[in-house]
Amino acid sequence: MKKQVTQQEYYRGVRMVPYDLVKELFLALAGLGIVVLVLAAALSSPDEPTVTIQQWAQSDAVDFVTTATGELAGTTTSAGYGAPYNNAGGEQSWGPIAPQIWFGQRIPIDSAGEFVIQPLKYASAESPDVASAVSTWTATGADQQQKWLASYTDALSKANYADGKVTVADGDYGPLPAMMNALLALGQSGSLDGLLTGSGHFYQVDYTKALMFMGDGGYLSGLAEDQSLAGDQWGMMNETGSYPGQTWLWLYTMWYQVWPFSSDTGVIGLNGGNADLGIVILMTLLTGALALVPLIPILRDLPRWIPIHRLIWRDYYAPKKRAARA
Amino acid sequence: MSEVMTRPPSTTPPAAADAEEPNSWTLRVRKAWERILPMEHLLPARQPYYVGSWVYVFGVVTIAALAWVFTSGVVLTFMGPQWWHDTGVGRFFNSIHFWSVQMFFLFMVLHLWGQYFMAGWRDGRAATWMIGVVIFGTSIITAFTGYVSQLNFDSEFIAVNAKDAMNGAGIGAFFNVLNFGQMYGLHVMLFPITVTLLVVVHIVMVRSRGVVKPIDPEGGAAK
Repeated sequence: MKKQVTQQEYYRGVRMVPYDLVKELFLALAGLGIVVLVLAAALSSPDEPTVTIQQWAQSDAVDFVTTATGELAGTTTSAGYGAPYNNAGGEQSWGPIAPQIWFGQRIPIDSAGEFVIQPLKYASAESPDVASAVSTWTATGADQQQKWLASYTDALSKANYADGKVTVADGDYGPLPAMMNALLALGQSGSLDGLLTGSGHFYQVDYTKALMFMGDGGYLSGLAEDQSLAGDQWGMMNETGSYPGQTWLWLYTMWYQVWPFSSDTGVIGLNGGNADLGIVILMTLLTGALALVPLIPILRDLPRWIPIHRLIWRDYYAPKKRAARA
Repeated sequence: MSEVMTRPPSTTPPAAADAEEPNSWTLRVRKAWERILPMEHLLPARQPYYVGSWVYVFGVVTIAALAWVFTSGVVLTFMGPQWWHDTGVGRFFNSIHFWSVQMFFLFMVLHLWGQYFMAGWRDGRAATWMIGVVIFGTSIITAFTGYVSQLNFDSEFIAVNAKDAMNGAGIGAFFNVLNFGQMYGLHVMLFPITVTLLVVVHIVMVRSRGVVKPIDPEGGAAK
């Protein structure tokens, strides 16, 4: 076993000079403090107000209704997500590596029931028309429901919004128009914000359901794209406004912009469809490699080959240069 | 009436008294501490003459930035997560927190690159480097939990977007970025404690071995 060398032995023959570490720390605290205080006073910090379901329903009613219809049809991101929210089977995997499936459905969300039907049942107490529409819907078979959903979804592409209601061309949509306009009214009143964060508790700290519902729509992501926050805009290292974001995530977000993670086909089973899993695996390997640099040939030798250390320790190397010149 | 100590004070010198307690755990810990990190190594008044580059300052400035992150973070935590949205003073403290985090990462990355090009892991310092990388990774997770705990539009969209990466890796089943309570608790408690402990270990390792010598220009791999 290699004996640990003491500092006295390690520095034998090395000229030691006075060095005040504590003073250096205090100067750093003061100097950095001045910089931070000036930046805070001059530039402040980003704080764009939250987007609410109420704001979404008021600002883009057609998108709101289209999303809610998608929840019933099972076509939204939430509805088809898979673990940890449901068993729809949308999990990412790479060959036998499927941690999303391994850990299962730990945060159960029934997007049709919890985002649409349950809130409408809440509204039914105030409105017999809504109660009747929900009753008709739940009493109808799945085949007929899907027919109504398909035709209503098609019609929503040419929908109009006026006087608090989304209207579509005449057709056989069953109770869907009544249900969706009732849900829209709930959204616009702000009630849906409360219902999706309520979960039967008085104190609320979990916004999973409300954020999942908003994430299914185009409104939230549209606002994010305006601020260059989307995944394909290097969004992870951006912030609202002109502030720096998590710039230290540049390498992580870079992989989303390049092949094979930006491709539909990819290579060896890695593509845009399982990019999240692939990139987490890749970054884990790269972080491990960074930690193990001292043990990896070439990586550990690069600092000796690239003479940046001669700039860092230029005073140390200067006498040898002078001696060589002499 | 208070109890009066009747036994006379010991006249045995402290060093001799220590020698009388060979099975003392306290003494063993003290001796191990003195062996690993004597005070003259923890707070040395002299350093090798080559410790004069600005690159050595990056580590100290990173610690200074962390101190500002903690100070502002303690104020923000004490006043509650909504305070900084509603008051000018709160916004100012949040701005201090925001910019000190930016400075912390800037100087930590400079410190990391500086240590890489100095091959700071040589002569038995590999574990110090590895702990440093772990601090870097833990700091990223800590900052991330802060970004999703902001209670504003930024935190909303980051959480919605980031859940896919967490879920894809299976982490999302336990680490729910859409759950403000979980993220806030981790951000103000568990991760700061972890970063602090790791930084203390890192500093102890640096000080116990001292700074590495310059890379030998005469040859030999930077091992």
